[in-house]
Amino acid sequence: MNRVIPLQPTTDTCDSADRAILKERGQREVFCGLTGIIWLHRKIQDAFFLVVGSRTCAHLVQSAAGVMIFAEPRFATAIIDDHDLAGLADANEELDRVVNQLLTRRPDIKMLFLVGSCPSEVIKLDLSRAAERLSKTYTPRVRILNYSGSGIETTFTQGEDACLAALAKEIPQHAKLHPTEREVDLLIVGCLADIVEDQFSRIFNDLGIESYAFFPPRRSGDIPRLGPNTRYLLVQPFLTDTARVLDDLGAKRIPAPFPLGVEGTEAWFAAAAKAFGIDPNRVESVIAPKRQRANLALERQRQVLNGRSIFFFPDSQLEIPLARFLHRELGMQLTEIGMPYIHRQHLAEELALLPTEVSLSEGQDVEKQLDRCRTYRPDMVVCGLGLANPLEAEGLTTKWSIELVFTPIQGFDQAADLAELFARPLVRRTKLAA
Amino acid sequence: MKLTLWTYEGPPHIGAMRIATAMEGVHYVLHAPQGDTYADLLFTMIERMNKRPPVTYTTFQARDLGGDTAELFKDAARSAYARFKPDLLMVGASCTAELIQDDPGGLAAALQLSVPVLPLELPAYQKKENWGAAETFYQMVRLLGKDYVLPPGEKRKPRAPGLPPSCNILGPTALGFRHRDDLVEIRKLLRQIGVRVNVVAPLGAKPEDISRLHEADFNVVLYPEVANSAAQWLSKNFGQPSTKTIPIGFNATRAFIEEVCTLAQIHCDIEELTKRSRARWYALSVDSTYLTNKRVFIFGDATHAIAAAKVASQEMGFQVVGLGTYSRELAREVREAASQYGIEALITDDYLEVEQRITELQPELILGSQMERHIAKRLKIPCAVISAPIHVQDFPARYSPQMGFEGANVLFDTWVHPLMMGLEEHLIGMFREDFEFHDGAAPSHLGHGHQRTPANEANVASEPTPVPEVAVANGAPVTESVWEPEAQRELNKIPFFVRGKAKRNTERFAIERGLPTISLETLYDAKAHFGR
Repeated sequence: MNRVIPLQPTTDTCDSADRAILKERGQREVFCGLTGIIWLHRKIQDAFFLVVGSRTCAHLVQSAAGVMIFAEPRFATAIIDDHDLAGLADANEELDRVVNQLLTRRPDIKMLFLVGSCPSEVIKLDLSRAAERLSKTYTPRVRILNYSGSGIETTFTQGEDACLAALAKEIPQHAKLHPTEREVDLLIVGCLADIVEDQFSRIFNDLGIESYAFFPPRRSGDIPRLGPNTRYLLVQPFLTDTARVLDDLGAKRIPAPFPLGVEGTEAWFAAAAKAFGIDPNRVESVIAPKRQRANLALERQRQVLNGRSIFFFPDSQLEIPLARFLHRELGMQLTEIGMPYIHRQHLAEELALLPTEVSLSEGQDVEKQLDRCRTYRPDMVVCGLGLANPLEAEGLTTKWSIELVFTPIQGFDQAADLAELFARPLVRRTKLAA
Repeated sequence: MKLTLWTYEGPPHIGAMRIATAMEGVHYVLHAPQGDTYADLLFTMIERMNKRPPVTYTTFQARDLGGDTAELFKDAARSAYARFKPDLLMVGASCTAELIQDDPGGLAAALQLSVPVLPLELPAYQKKENWGAAETFYQMVRLLGKDYVLPPGEKRKPRAPGLPPSCNILGPTALGFRHRDDLVEIRKLLRQIGVRVNVVAPLGAKPEDISRLHEADFNVVLYPEVANSAAQWLSKNFGQPSTKTIPIGFNATRAFIEEVCTLAQIHCDIEELTKRSRARWYALSVDSTYLTNKRVFIFGDATHAIAAAKVASQEMGFQVVGLGTYSRELAREVREAASQYGIEALITDDYLEVEQRITELQPELILGSQMERHIAKRLKIPCAVISAPIHVQDFPARYSPQMGFEGANVLFDTWVHPLMMGLEEHLIGMFREDFEFHDGAAPSHLGHGHQRTPANEANVASEPTPVPEVAVANGAPVTESVWEPEAQRELNKIPFFVRGKAKRNTERFAIERGLPTISLETLYDAKAHFGR
């Protein structure tokens, strides 16, 4: 069985404990980690994701993806049935058969993720052993990895973390396979849209950091090598396990806020530059024109958003950096910021930038939180798809948090796009009211 | 284990949610891990419902599995009861909770709530969504109706003279394909016939309405997938007969009226009632001639698929070349229906099998679910959606029933719309060198969603795929034939909407005769051989 990722850490791992956080335990209105597949399968372009789960898992992934993907999806479900429940030995044989069927159908697949689900966890179907067993058959044509995206262990974006952690564990093996490749000084960790990766590459080049790589790579064969001096920068606040694997491999995290908004992006690059001893004047000369252009673009959205209040239901775990951006750069008033869980260490720089009076909540009891939201009556509510229309029907303006996961929002040139995602529902409501 | 890329039906507890969400005064406590709350968005996003489904999830986690999940369930049930004050509480488990065997029914009974509790046992590893809906509805009808069951041997009392005949309408649910609009249409029709509607269930019903089902003279079963088992129980225990005809299409609506009149023991003027229908005259009109024997492939839930085949064949003049369903419970009915068209039914819940059959058949129109729309888009075949699984666009803002006479009108429009219009089809054939009538031009009446570009068109139908040189010298059987350039150019002159079929037929013709290359002559020989 896979290691259990606590949905809510039971002990706080670090400082800044002076900030009160409301911890709740009840019904959660959050996707499970399986949904990460929706963007991961487009990001790692020769990988396939096989959920080993129930019909519910298949239905979930399909509903979350919409029935709207025109290409054949690079994900599927091996649906467990009562025959498999009768004996685990059979279930393993069945899994091997399904994997064979799949790899015959898709000879282009270079990496296969076996994705654990709630039922496969509960029946203790050992996917790491299955991956090992199957690897023996399919190496070197296909590498077979596994991770858990189950709802009893992961929430929404934690699926990406679990997937990347599994991939990060491949780094040492990979180094053996490709001894000719260079070790990288800087690893940028977390899924970014290709366009954002390209923008960031240009900035790193301008800063004079030449040895860097993005993780996950676009192609599964391009896994970078780590050296004794490799440092890494997280682009997402939910990469706890991935960070732990990299730490174990000897890489060092560069603490930084996340690259959302002008301020966050600047601080993120500045942290990297500082870690590599780059002259602050050079940093300023690279960043200044980008900062100026981004601020100019933000101005229009600031007029819409300034002074408006916002409430976050827990969902993507991007809530704290988003709230920081909306508050500090666009003048929005924060009411409650809900997060599925708060990793205090990775978020330390972000928390320091938040006003002290804002309510933070961790975990969820959706009915109670809805009550608080109705009391606040904020100008805007950020929530998942299950709550959005019902809240709109109550006269509240909402922003689907899922869009914040699928849209390129990181970096200077996306700061205004990110602000616009929040401005648009407000503009729309005004237009329809007129 | 079964490999699935897309699935036609959700798990059975989604079926139970469709019943709970359709009703008033019902709350469902579902023992489930957090991911299962995705189900809410089926209703709030796909159906655009303005309130959350009445479901409380227990959201248990890995670390609860050691022992206190049962307590978690009781807490959730207790607080859901206190907050929502339902008239009936449904309790059950999703697939994961089924494995941990907490017995929600027993736990809920131990709470001694002062409302009826409906415990649901929905085996998630054997059954699917429609079965779950049917079982839930049946169990509810039984629970709330058992006190009124006729004693053994006792017959139903005849209706008191002077009272109008009454019926229940059974089957419409939340997230149903056009259930909301069908219901409006059928209610209207029953009023015109002179039959009073006692209860509609589950859509819009309260638990107290369910316990009044026995008061009606008979039942109108609109969606057998959901209502059959409940209707059978009502028939057995209250002597209520139920309708068998599904009023989809002009002919079926007439037959439905006759059936209702027989069950209600009344007469009505059918000719008067049919006056509103345009579909029949439209199908007879000269412009519809081009629809003759259009080859259509039909797939969906059994009820809609069988009905669509009947309408396609008898009311639109199409040729049904494929018919199938994912509803295994009604496979026999679909097989029987298919045999009427001289074809074998495709009974499968494997999306890939359906895709393969469609690719082989190269129909000119597909009537299916969102899954088939998906396939059709890839194969560039016109398609209309007739069944669940559905998407947000299948809940149109306008009134758009499938049933009754208005439903027949809607079917005519929605099925004919994706096709070229009569004259347009001819013009494209005649003026194909004309710059405005080239293959790449979209049908003039279709929106941007149907635009064809010469490039993607070529990929699908026109360009014969390059095939390797076939070695004939060694006497091996020919398995692939190569198009000669001249024949290929000629093939490209055939209008795109029949080109795929022409290409396939010609290749088949060539292979059957062991021809390694396809010449111009082969193309026309094949055309003469297969006809159209």
